[in-house]
Amino acid sequence: MIRVVLPPHLRTLAHVTGEVRVEVAGEVTQRHVLDAVEERFPMLRGTMRDRATGKRRALVRFFACEEDLSNDSPDEPLPDRVVKGEEPFLVVGAMAGG
Amino acid sequence: MSGVRLLVGTRKGLFILTSDASRRDWKVDGPHFGGWEIYHANGSPVDPDRIYVSQSGGWFGQLIQRSDDGGATWQQVDHDFAYSGEVGDHLWYDGTPRPWEFKRIWHLEPSRTELDVVYAGAEDAALYKSTDGGQKWVELTGLRTHASAPKWQPGAGGMCLHTIILDPVDPDRIFVAISAAGAFRTDDGGVTWQPINRGLQSEGIPDPDAEVGHCVHRIAQHPSRPDTLFMQKHWDVMRTDDAGDNWREISGDLPTDFGFPIAVHAHEPETIYVVPITSDSLHYVMDGKLRVYRSRTGGEQWEPLTVGLPQEHCYVNVLRDAMAVDTLDECGIYFGTSAGQVYGSADSGDTWKALVSDLPPICSVEALVLP
Repeated sequence: MIRVVLPPHLRTLAHVTGEVRVEVAGEVTQRHVLDAVEERFPMLRGTMRDRATGKRRALVRFFACEEDLSNDSPDEPLPDRVVKGEEPFLVVGAMAGG
Repeated sequence: MSGVRLLVGTRKGLFILTSDASRRDWKVDGPHFGGWEIYHANGSPVDPDRIYVSQSGGWFGQLIQRSDDGGATWQQVDHDFAYSGEVGDHLWYDGTPRPWEFKRIWHLEPSRTELDVVYAGAEDAALYKSTDGGQKWVELTGLRTHASAPKWQPGAGGMCLHTIILDPVDPDRIFVAISAAGAFRTDDGGVTWQPINRGLQSEGIPDPDAEVGHCVHRIAQHPSRPDTLFMQKHWDVMRTDDAGDNWREISGDLPTDFGFPIAVHAHEPETIYVVPITSDSLHYVMDGKLRVYRSRTGGEQWEPLTVGLPQEHCYVNVLRDAMAVDTLDECGIYFGTSAGQVYGSADSGDTWKALVSDLPPICSVEALVLP
């Protein structure tokens, strides 16, 4: 199971309070993790990635293991500690404005 | 006893104000969707408990919420506003072509007669329709693919479709307005569209009376006279009596004819309201005085309405979707400001009071009469 931490607004939309855990089929990449999150919480489609292009929304960031993975290829494998469930994959609203 | 519900969309959430028909005391409920921009919320004329909300933000994009119980509970409905077919180009600010790119929904217009039919106006400009209460949206592509569309250009606020008027008599007739393309009409339910901008003069574009390119801020209609429309353009207040085929200016003795909203009295089709704003470079009311102007003659002659409104040190704006009327016997009129006040009048504008004073900046106000 992959642990995912959503930002507060997305937790509200998804009606969850804490971390979510998703089963990821195949290689654990950003794309597959986000696909699994959107599959389980369809209301989040379009909130992290643009519906039309599939690209990360400009003010959304992806962190894990104290690294910023936002600009990595969505098909790169995520760190082992995320794959093993030891660390969460963080979806973060960028610091921008008030 | 009947009452009134106001839907107040703000930069940081939705607020719902309710009162009985006296409209003396108001209960303020909210914020709903705190922290999100609510460009518009609107209720169904068929059932005022059916409410649609445009919820958006820079971080997480566009969502649509729906309530079937007057805002007590909400369900998120579809928010896939894809452009259908080939995505063409429009003009960017610098005059270069730029592909259409969806940004947000500015306006939601529920059908007058069918509970589950609702229209949505988008930035970049496009018109969407849902026939199942928002579960699925389909673009009416005839507008975005109009032959003039490559010449449309955004206004300072973006290239937004902000006004949708569903004709009360002809179900196939719809009017829309786009900044800064102008006004358009369909007579076949949205399949084909024609620009209806003859008579508009805009000094800010190279050809002042061009077919398209006008920054129309808002259009209003009284349901008893569907061929008469009133327009607040960037500059100029206009009217047409032939469904947009020809417009004439009715700014008359207004102190300035720049502004955003325009509204028509619920029972007097020649009584209209505007909020003059100093200029396109000074987006606040003139001389520090918040004045609604009313014409009882369908334009040209205007009177300032000031009783109960601040008459010194006031520098607010009122946005295009932020004025509404109710349909009670004594018409109520309401507007929200950029500084978070909602003002209301229960006597057609003769006297006003602040219904609430310290909300976030207000994007939209709609009034629903409750049974």
